[in-house]
Amino acid sequence: MAFFLETLLGGLMSGMLYSLVALGFVLIFKASGVFNFAQGAMVLFAALAMARFSEWIPAWLGMDNLFMANVLAFAVSVAIMFVVAWLIERLALRYLVNQEGATLLMATLGIAYVLDGFGQTIFGSDIYKIDVGMPKEPVMMLESVFEGGILINKEDFIAALIAALLVISLSVFFQKTATGRALRAVAADHQAAQSIGIPLGRIWVIVWCVAGITALVAGIIWGSKLGVQFSLTTIALRALPVVILGGLTSVPGAIIGGLIIGVGEKLSEVYLGPYVGGGIEIWFAYMLALVFLLFRPQGLFGEKIIDRV
Amino acid sequence: MSGRKIGEVILDLKNISLSFGGVKALQDISFNVLEHEVRAIIGHNGAGKSSMLNVINGVYRPQQGDIILRGKHHTNMDSYGAANAGLARTFQNIALFKGMSVLDNIMTGRNLKMKANMLQQAVWFGAAQREELEHRAKVEEIIDFLEIQHIRKTPVGRLPYGLQKRVDLARALAMEPQILLLDEPMAGMNVEEKQDMCRFILDVNDQFGTTVVLIEHDMGVVMDISDRVVVLDYGKKIGDGTPDEVRANPDVISAYLGASH
Repeated sequence: MAFFLETLLGGLMSGMLYSLVALGFVLIFKASGVFNFAQGAMVLFAALAMARFSEWIPAWLGMDNLFMANVLAFAVSVAIMFVVAWLIERLALRYLVNQEGATLLMATLGIAYVLDGFGQTIFGSDIYKIDVGMPKEPVMMLESVFEGGILINKEDFIAALIAALLVISLSVFFQKTATGRALRAVAADHQAAQSIGIPLGRIWVIVWCVAGITALVAGIIWGSKLGVQFSLTTIALRALPVVILGGLTSVPGAIIGGLIIGVGEKLSEVYLGPYVGGGIEIWFAYMLALVFLLFRPQGLFGEKIIDRV
Repeated sequence: MSGRKIGEVILDLKNISLSFGGVKALQDISFNVLEHEVRAIIGHNGAGKSSMLNVINGVYRPQQGDIILRGKHHTNMDSYGAANAGLARTFQNIALFKGMSVLDNIMTGRNLKMKANMLQQAVWFGAAQREELEHRAKVEEIIDFLEIQHIRKTPVGRLPYGLQKRVDLARALAMEPQILLLDEPMAGMNVEEKQDMCRFILDVNDQFGTTVVLIEHDMGVVMDISDRVVVLDYGKKIGDGTPDEVRANPDVISAYLGASH
C-alpha cells in the first residue's frame, strides 16, 4: 500500500509538470486557434535566459547572493519572454489573421526554429545549470501510518506546488478579470470580439506573454532537474498526449490530462512493466493519446466539433 | 415615436463599390443616415444587404467610395476602429461567445470603456474592482431593459434562439453605441418574438436616442418601424425614401413582384 501510494504521488507530481507545459499549448490554442509548435522552443529559450542571466548578473554586479541573483535573472527572463511574445505578434501573427490552421501551424514551426537557433546563438549551446536552491534530498512521510513511511522527493513536491499555484492563479485571472473575459471572448469568436472593440493584437500579445511565463516556469523546473540543454525542447512532445487527452481547448483538461498521464505512466511502469519487459513509461502516454484520438478526438473536456452539413 | 428628434446626417456613404473577384456585391451605392432615425436596408437574399453592413462596420473595405461618420472619413477603418468610433452591431448568425454566461457576454461589450490596466486587474481590489462594479450596474440596466434577468447566469449556448438574439442585442447595447447596426434582427423568429424585438428596437431608439440601421427581409416589419428605407437589388440601389415612397416605387414593385425581369 505504501509503495502504491508512493508511486501514485510520484506520478501526480510529474503529471503536474506535464500540465504546466500543456497549459502553454492550451492558452494559445484557445485564444488564437493556433497549435503552437514553438512551445518547446520557448521552454528552452526561457530556461537558457534564466540559466545564463543567473550566472551573468552576479558576475556583472559583483555580488554573491544566490537568491537575489535568481530573482534578478527571473525578472530579466520574464522581460525577455514578453519581448519575444511582442515580436511574434508584430512580425508573424499580425499578417496571418484569419488564415488556415495549417498556415499558422507552419508559422509556429518556423518560430520554433528561429527561437532554437537564436537562443543558442546568444546564450550558448552547452549544458547549463539552474540552481534556484531547490532541496534535492528526499524526505520520509507518514511514517506513523505505514511501516517505513513513504519516500517523497522534495524537489518534485515543491515543483508540483509551484505548478499548481501558477495554474490556479491563471484560472482565477481568466475567470475573474476583465482581461480574462476579453481573452475568453476572443477565443470564442474573433470576429465578434473585434466588432465589440476588443483589440485582437493586444490580446494575442497577452496570451503569448502568459504562454511565455508558463514556458519560463516549466523551463526553470525542468532545467533545475535535468540541466538546461537542447533536449528540453522535447518536453513539449511529452505534453502533446496531455493536450490530446484533456482537450485542446480546456484549461482544466490540461491539468487533469497531465495528472492522468503522470500517474498512468508511473503505475503502468511499476505494475505492468515486469510482464512486458519494462519501458512502458516511454510509450504509455502516446498509446493513451492514440486511443483517445480514435474514440474521443475532442479529448475529455474539449469542445465537440459539430459540422453542419 | 415620442421624444426623439431626427437630427443631422451622422453617417454618409458615398459611391460604395465592393466586389469579390468577379462578383460585384455592391455597385456605386450612396445613401445617408440621419441622427436618431431608424434606417432600414432591405432586399432579397444576395442583394448585398449584409455586405453593406459589413462595409459600414469595417469588416470589408470597399474598393471604391467613401464612408463619412460625423464629418470624418472612415474609409480605412477595421471593425475594432468601428467599435471605437461608436458603432455596435449584431450578427445574423448570432456570434455570441459560447460557453460564457449571458452576464459575461454582455460585460465584454463594456471592454472599450474599461480603463483599469492589467496589473490593477491582477490585484483586483481597488481600481479594477470599483470599475467592474460600475460597469456591472450599467449592464444590469440593460438586462432589465431587455427583460432577460432570469437568464443572467445561463451559458448562452443553452438558450433558445430568440433569447440568444436578445443577448446579442444586449451586448451591442452595452457598448452604448451612437449607431446600432442590426443584421436581420428578426430572422428565424416567431410572431411573438418578432413583436418583442420590434418593441425593443423602438424603445432603444426612443429612450437612448440611438441611431439604428437594420437589415431585414421581412417587409411588413420593416415598413412599420423604419423612418426611411433603402432598397437594394443585385448590388444596386433601386429605391430610397420613407416606407410609403418605397412602397409606391415602380422599380421596387417590379423587383419584389418580379413583374418585368
